[in-house]
Amino acid sequence: MSRLASGGLVDRSRRLSFTFDGRRLSGHPGDTLASALLANGVRLVGRSFKYHRPRGIFSAGSEEPNALMEIGVGARRTPNTRATRVMLTEGLVARSQNAWPSPAFDLMAVNDLAAPLLGAGFYYKTFMWPKSFWERVYEPLIRRAAGLGRLAGQDDPDVYDQAFAHADLLVIGAGPAGLMAALEAGEAGARVILADEDFTLGGRLNAETAPLAGAAPHAWAAHTVARLSAMPNVTLMPRTTVFGAYDGGMYGAVQEVAGHLAAPPEGCPRETHWRIRAQAAVLCAGAIERPVAFPGNDRPGVMLASALRSYITRFGVAPGQRVAVFTNNDDGWRTAQAVEAAGLTLAALIDSREGVSPPTLSGRVITGAVVTDTAGRRGLTGLTLRAGSRTEQLAVDCLAVSGGWNPTLHLTAHLGGRPEWDPGLAAFVPSAAHVPGLRVAGAAAGVFTTAGALAGGQAAAAEALAELGRTAPGLPLPEAEDMPPRLTPLWAVPARGRAWVDLQNDVTTKDIATARDEAFGAPEHLKRYTTLGMATDQGKTGNVLALGVLGALTGRGPEEVGTTTFRPPYTPVTLAALAGRHARGAFQPVREAPSNALARARGAPMIEAGLWKRAAYFPQAGDTSWRDACDREVGFVREAVGVSDVSTLGKIEITGPDAAALLDRVYTGTFSTLAPGRVRYGVMLREDGFVFDDGTTACLGPGHYVMTTTTANAGPVLRHLEFCLQVLWPELDAVCASVTEGWAQFAVAGPKGRALLERVVAEDVSDAAFPFMACGSVSVAGVPGRLFRISFSGERAWEIAVPSGHGDALARLLAEEAEALGGGLYGMEALNVLRIEKGHVTGAELHGRTTAFDCGFAKMMSSKKDYIGRAGAARPGLNGPERAQLVGVKPVDPGAKLLAGAKFLNRGAEAVAAEEQGDLTSVCHSPVLGHMIGLGFVVNGRARRGEVIRMVDLLRGADIEVEICAPHFVDPEGERLRG
Amino acid sequence: MRIPCPLCGERDLREFTPWGDAALMHRPGFDAGPEAAHAYLHLRENPAGPHRELSYHELGCAAWLVVTRNTLTHEVMGAALAGEGAEGGA
Repeated sequence: MSRLASGGLVDRSRRLSFTFDGRRLSGHPGDTLASALLANGVRLVGRSFKYHRPRGIFSAGSEEPNALMEIGVGARRTPNTRATRVMLTEGLVARSQNAWPSPAFDLMAVNDLAAPLLGAGFYYKTFMWPKSFWERVYEPLIRRAAGLGRLAGQDDPDVYDQAFAHADLLVIGAGPAGLMAALEAGEAGARVILADEDFTLGGRLNAETAPLAGAAPHAWAAHTVARLSAMPNVTLMPRTTVFGAYDGGMYGAVQEVAGHLAAPPEGCPRETHWRIRAQAAVLCAGAIERPVAFPGNDRPGVMLASALRSYITRFGVAPGQRVAVFTNNDDGWRTAQAVEAAGLTLAALIDSREGVSPPTLSGRVITGAVVTDTAGRRGLTGLTLRAGSRTEQLAVDCLAVSGGWNPTLHLTAHLGGRPEWDPGLAAFVPSAAHVPGLRVAGAAAGVFTTAGALAGGQAAAAEALAELGRTAPGLPLPEAEDMPPRLTPLWAVPARGRAWVDLQNDVTTKDIATARDEAFGAPEHLKRYTTLGMATDQGKTGNVLALGVLGALTGRGPEEVGTTTFRPPYTPVTLAALAGRHARGAFQPVREAPSNALARARGAPMIEAGLWKRAAYFPQAGDTSWRDACDREVGFVREAVGVSDVSTLGKIEITGPDAAALLDRVYTGTFSTLAPGRVRYGVMLREDGFVFDDGTTACLGPGHYVMTTTTANAGPVLRHLEFCLQVLWPELDAVCASVTEGWAQFAVAGPKGRALLERVVAEDVSDAAFPFMACGSVSVAGVPGRLFRISFSGERAWEIAVPSGHGDALARLLAEEAEALGGGLYGMEALNVLRIEKGHVTGAELHGRTTAFDCGFAKMMSSKKDYIGRAGAARPGLNGPERAQLVGVKPVDPGAKLLAGAKFLNRGAEAVAAEEQGDLTSVCHSPVLGHMIGLGFVVNGRARRGEVIRMVDLLRGADIEVEICAPHFVDPEGERLRG
Repeated sequence: MRIPCPLCGERDLREFTPWGDAALMHRPGFDAGPEAAHAYLHLRENPAGPHRELSYHELGCAAWLVVTRNTLTHEVMGAALAGEGAEGGA
């Protein structure tokens, strides 16, 4: 066991048991999974991405490149979770990734021997030949060999939430700078949100020992958190990662509400995606230590110096018993001191700098020296160091490395800001604020002392408070260490052997040199060529090191090399959190047509039409397929009477003295001549001259109209009308309102339709009293309703509307009466057949690329007035024989099948795009004609009726002859309609 | 991004449907000829900086607004009802 005898912010009085790769282990409350693994002596936790090299825990934070694990079981198993960020809980189940059968004995480790083949850009080079092998052989092989964790492969049983929060000041990070900023603003009475990714607030204060306010720094942190939590105006959000900065003071954050538990309590979301809107914000995200590239620097047991200090101080864990520290800066000295203070053996403090004077230590101090190699198969057993011309080997089981610190400035760059190189700190620091309202304090701003962090956090809060019109209280600052660490940059140790830069993606200094030699030396190219800085850690430990290495290779400083682009999210965010509640049945709203209860009771399958559910057809006993039902329902309409729910069509009431003028300007036809009690069909264009929508508008009285739109365009047409009324012609005195949901509307169609209506409607519905295209108010079984004599089916038909609360009752009444007359309900399938037989267009034809001319509406385009799209429609190329025009088609062989989406070609033409004559947009089997029919668009089609062309579909292997005909297959003269 | 709707107050971006350059307010009639129609249909300024754009408060009050936004920073500098004298154009 590697738990120290004392110390650490863990509750040693309680044990938590967990498993790792099936082994039962235990830890304490306060542990992370990583600290608990180290406490159990587990050093080897996984295999690397490409070479399957043994890897151990490298860090103590969200920058972890190695210790990625699958956490949980069954449907809750989550891959690629950083063990350094997982709060240990009772019963936690963790598994290693990318190793088979185990991390200790991994068959794919053979990859490491093949490393010469797998260098930078290998997939662009080594596996190029033969070409056909890439897709079939190489890529599947590489994907199997390289990789991250496995998805659960099951439906996620948990719920995820989305929420908004508002604050005067958002403080990101709860280390010394963040706590002080929150305290200053909290005492000033501002609404403060303090968010931190950790489950224990305090940041580095929990991992350090230099006294703060005369006591252990974690004590001050805990005391301050307690003060803050007592303030009603301060919200503390632990386990919350602010992952992105957006415009307008918006910050994205993910809170592990119950994500740290094996299963969320009943009704509790696993994670919540917060959108935090803050008047001001302070980024106090600290800094991430960077490693040094030297041969063998990836063995389990090599870790960041700050991480070693965290494990000793915060968790009371010894990652090794015989430790060496390799540093280029004074901060590494503190790690050496912490090692000795914990009673561990300091084998050596190896400082790359000449002439520095580290503090007195029991262990050896070697300055002007570098580590040139390490040893140990599955974990570190020793190192080789070089001091001048002398080399020496040391037996160690842990090597702590510090190459300096990189401010965690990611959020400052999310809106396009570019970090600047500070040569004094040898680090990139945030440039002048590119995120309005965001300030940076503490180590994130390049201030690497506790005293500086406290003062910076307070100053940032004070500035924000001044902007908010509040007075900063100017709290006294506690006494804190104030020794900025000095540093001499060291990127890569010159020595033979593979030196890792990016541990997660197995990128070495040699790969960077290769990329540079092969002209991929710009940072963005380097990233793509070597995969440096990709995947879950996004190069948090490796990126700046790589830039330093690249700069050294090319004789440039990092400031000349520049960085890659920082984009949200800072750490990985689950798609489930982004989706929130919009999953499964709640993925989008569902709109139910008024007759759907009846339709479902009749066993009707539903078709989705936008958000609407509409009955497809009504099956009956003995049907062998949907076609039987569809043909029967077409027969109802053609022979007796059919009833169909058409409530989903958009309905817009337009009222006002200028309502008719508005209609004249939005429709191609004239509506100001429409008399009360009459209905007219209209076509609307977009301003570019293409058809936007079609439908009927009824004049219910002077200055009172009700417009119908297609189901899909109900919203867009209303938006368009509002645009016309508010933006283009605000002088028009008219208003419009959607009443789509207000009315249940049913088509009653067929030769026995009038007989049905006479049993339902009180008023006279004879041809004389209620001719074709009439409308009016009626009493429907005692309910005030509306009746329209319009037809989509080509039969004599009406649409009858009642307030939607009566829709279900009317549907049942109409169905019963229709059945008594030998008819019945018909669904969307029959409705589609009826309209194709009649040559009526729908969204399949009005798909945004067809003009009124194409569809045969030219005679409906008024030349006496301006209307939306008139100028656009008059453009050259939109009105002639070059256009594909609406036609009907029928197969020459009546048994042949038509396919919607197929292309038309002339006989003898090669099946290439340049020869296309148009396409087939709608097809159906016509029960009246006994064969398939279709609507489509053919170049100069109206002049080519009777011509035989080909319908070709290369994907579905069809090439048949079809005859071009008029788009009206049934009753072309409309006698059935009026008669 | 948040847009200060003159009727509803400051609202989240997702309540609005953006509709592009406010030059669309100045529709030439059919009589203005094909060149004017072409310009109205196709020619837009693409400024780097403050830009006046139409936006429809579709999930709110259904008002059409002219929103002034800095295209470089997404800073929203103001919003006015399109129907009440707000000037179009970039």
